[in-house]
Amino acid sequence: MLSVVVFLPLAAAVVLFAVPRVSARFARWWWVGVSAVEFALIVALWVAAPVSDGYVYEVNLRWIPSVSSGYHIGVDGLSLPLIALTGGLFLACAVYSLRQDKRVRSFAALFLFLETVSLGLFVALDLILFFVFFDLSIVAMYFVIAGWGHRDAARAAVKFFLYTFVGSLALLVGFIALYLSAAPHTFDIVELTRQNPLAGSGWAAGLILLALGVGFAIKTPTVPFHTWLPPAHTEAPAAGSAILAGVLLKMGTYGFVRIAMPILPEAWRRYALVFVIVGVVSVVYGALVALAQRDFKRMIAYTSVNHMGYIVLAVGAAGLVADSAVKARQLAVTGAVTQMVSHGLITGALFLLAGVLYERGGTYDLDRYGGLARTAPRFAGLTAVAAFASLGLPGFSGFIAEFQIFTGSLGAAPVATIVAFLGILITAALFLRAFQKVFLGPSQSAPAADLTVPEAVSITPLLVLTVVIGIFPRFLLDAIEPVSRSVLTLLAR
Amino acid sequence: MLDEDPSALLPEIILAVAAVVALLLGSYLPRERQWPVRLLTFLACAGGLVATVLAWPSPDRTVFGGTYAIDVATNAGRAIVLVAVVLTLGVSAREFRSSPRESELYVLVLLAALGTVLLTGANDLLLLVAAFLLASIPLYAMAGFAKDDTGTEGALKFYLLGALLGITMLAGATVLFGVGGATAYADIAKPLGSAPGVAVAVGFVGVFAGLLFKMGAVPAHFWVPDVTEGTRPPVAAFLTTVPKIGGVIAAYRLVASGMSETAVDWPLLIAIVAAVTMTLGNLAAFFQRNVRRLLAYSTISQVGYLLMAVVVATRSSLALPGLLFYVGAYTVTNLGAFAVVCALPKAPLIDDYRGLVRRRPWLAVSLAVCLLGLVGTPPTAVFVGKLTVFTAAFDGGFAWLVVVAAVNTVASVFYYLRWIAPAMRSTGDTEAPPVDKWAANTAYVATIASVALGPLAGVALGALHGDLALF
Repeated sequence: MLSVVVFLPLAAAVVLFAVPRVSARFARWWWVGVSAVEFALIVALWVAAPVSDGYVYEVNLRWIPSVSSGYHIGVDGLSLPLIALTGGLFLACAVYSLRQDKRVRSFAALFLFLETVSLGLFVALDLILFFVFFDLSIVAMYFVIAGWGHRDAARAAVKFFLYTFVGSLALLVGFIALYLSAAPHTFDIVELTRQNPLAGSGWAAGLILLALGVGFAIKTPTVPFHTWLPPAHTEAPAAGSAILAGVLLKMGTYGFVRIAMPILPEAWRRYALVFVIVGVVSVVYGALVALAQRDFKRMIAYTSVNHMGYIVLAVGAAGLVADSAVKARQLAVTGAVTQMVSHGLITGALFLLAGVLYERGGTYDLDRYGGLARTAPRFAGLTAVAAFASLGLPGFSGFIAEFQIFTGSLGAAPVATIVAFLGILITAALFLRAFQKVFLGPSQSAPAADLTVPEAVSITPLLVLTVVIGIFPRFLLDAIEPVSRSVLTLLAR
Repeated sequence: MLDEDPSALLPEIILAVAAVVALLLGSYLPRERQWPVRLLTFLACAGGLVATVLAWPSPDRTVFGGTYAIDVATNAGRAIVLVAVVLTLGVSAREFRSSPRESELYVLVLLAALGTVLLTGANDLLLLVAAFLLASIPLYAMAGFAKDDTGTEGALKFYLLGALLGITMLAGATVLFGVGGATAYADIAKPLGSAPGVAVAVGFVGVFAGLLFKMGAVPAHFWVPDVTEGTRPPVAAFLTTVPKIGGVIAAYRLVASGMSETAVDWPLLIAIVAAVTMTLGNLAAFFQRNVRRLLAYSTISQVGYLLMAVVVATRSSLALPGLLFYVGAYTVTNLGAFAVVCALPKAPLIDDYRGLVRRRPWLAVSLAVCLLGLVGTPPTAVFVGKLTVFTAAFDGGFAWLVVVAAVNTVASVFYYLRWIAPAMRSTGDTEAPPVDKWAANTAYVATIASVALGPLAGVALGALHGDLALF
């Protein structure tokens, strides 16, 4: 069942390619239809999930037995919200791209392929399987940026590929080291978590954590590994940016919580302070650089660095043993996972809105716009909602996430957490400023058309969801909380 | 007791007989109708493959006084070489059809394939040298086959280097015979353990130098770019792929059987050769504009990764299956990339591939898949090969080599992307370039195989587990 969910988009992509002469119209609707079915399936999975502590819908087949690597997949409270986010964002992108007219068939096929890859990564319970999907996500996104990006897309795509590929190879080295340190050797995440193979081995565990940390930090991205992100985001097509920020960035933080923390608890605790510091620096640096941007899309890209920094801060704080209550650290982990979902929804929406802006004015330069609210009120309204959601106003999912992160981290890392508070202030300032410039004030450009139906239909549900999570977060937290409890238990070993 | 069972050598005998028959057939057929030779070559490969598969489950042994081993390495070597010859037939069918010496080409291909297979099974220094000669001499003739300037130059370079290193190899074998008192690996392993280290080292380096030449590894790599660029593309495909199969498997057998007990630190030596080979190949490939030259340097860097398995031949149980799988994966993927080059005879430069995806979408996809496969992107076969070889090297205590290889892999992405990126961009004119149908279809087959082998790696690696037959 889970395998069907993972590979359905891929099958749909193959169909799209195999049928010889499909019209662009058919390709668009096929893409939307498949994404809708896929999203419905994921929701059904969530609703029907049997309540249990471990993994559900688990499948474990032999794949490469000579290196003890198997096709092992399953979901728990950590991966369920993320695959739901993935399904939702891909559906939104499919709807948004209904107006797409440049090589629609390949575009749709590529996105369907990317959807399979992303889902596969979040359900993989085997390091090699995880790595396969991790690498394929890079390849697919490379073609999205190179094929459909604008302006300087080729360079940005190469930079993106090289940079994240470095990360993936660091990961591979770390994975091989983990494999060899386990007895018997295995790539199975569940088995490795159970074994805790590097307990008591000082520097080896530290080196492996360094390899994994670099790999995931590049993908996340945190300062100082973030430099690939702004060009990749600005040159990618709107739907590509939304997926890149909404789904692909989560692969890094997901890796921290799924692989690094449970398998290397001792090393994680020892070096937790490093993650706290990297997190805080990302928060403040990302916000400050975002403040300095004149380009709307670059600004959102840097706020991603800021928002992902909160997650790194939280998972780092969870590892600090400094006499903070278990309860608080648990709150930090829950907040981190909630932030992954929340950031995916909000940034996805923001990037799609940026795409709308580009469509109207042909540029992302904030100075070239003004007074758009008069001619495009719905556009202005949705952007306002997204901006307020992003700066973490109560009533939105971002507030729930950040509140938990701060409350959870404060006890463990008080100074860092207080510094990170500044990040919220700065993002508030920059979003208000940008909004003011583009939508209020005197009109600067030709009157722009308001949102079209596909645009509105794709962006609105994302923002509705952040409000729903912001007001009724229980359904999400109920899924996440058992996992953060068990992550902390594993971490305490 | 001597085991002189000729039926054990059925694939080799088929190749030898086919070469002789092809020569006779070629001299009786009219020049413009030599397709029966092609068919014969294909049938010989198919027959050899069937014989190999049938022989696979039978127990490991050596034949003819321990000089020739029949084990998993030999069987895998046979299978990979035969598949490579079939793919070479595919890429060369159109290019050499009704060329005046078509049948000679196939005779040379068959003889070189036979020599390569013998290299993989040679369990004796003298047989190793004989196989080296048989696997090399036909290649010199093939390199200059078109009788044009660039081909002749490449062939001459190839021949001179080959002659030099062949002599070195023979000298090395002589020294090893002198201190070991025998030529069979099984008999020299023990004496070499107590022989003077310097003499053993000199002998080993001499023999190994010849094998490095076969693989196209540093420092014996000079022929690779010149020959690859100068000769006809189908010949280049064969030359950069098939000799490597024999070279690395023979090197593995030499160190794992013959040198297993010496005090010479050959793992470190080979590790350095591997590191230098992959780095130099990658660096040199960076700014190549000619696609064949780029592929030539890429094959050099691939040898570096392959050698990693040889480094840990005696230290990790994953080394042999990893090596054999990687060689197979590399063969299919590299031939796939070359097949795309052969399919577009009018496109020698990277710039000529601009906008290929618009004009020849499937060829562009094949190219992207094969090149990304060479990078080691999962789930292609080369990824699994790299994974197992990296794991084996790590396991054998060569973590630094794994890191060097990982860094190199990242660097290699850069030049492969320099080729993929323009090919996948949809700009440029939409006029379709002339396409060699045979080569294009071969490219599709190789591409599908290189992707399919990845998920099937479990089965394949299972079949490749085993030990070398020593006695």
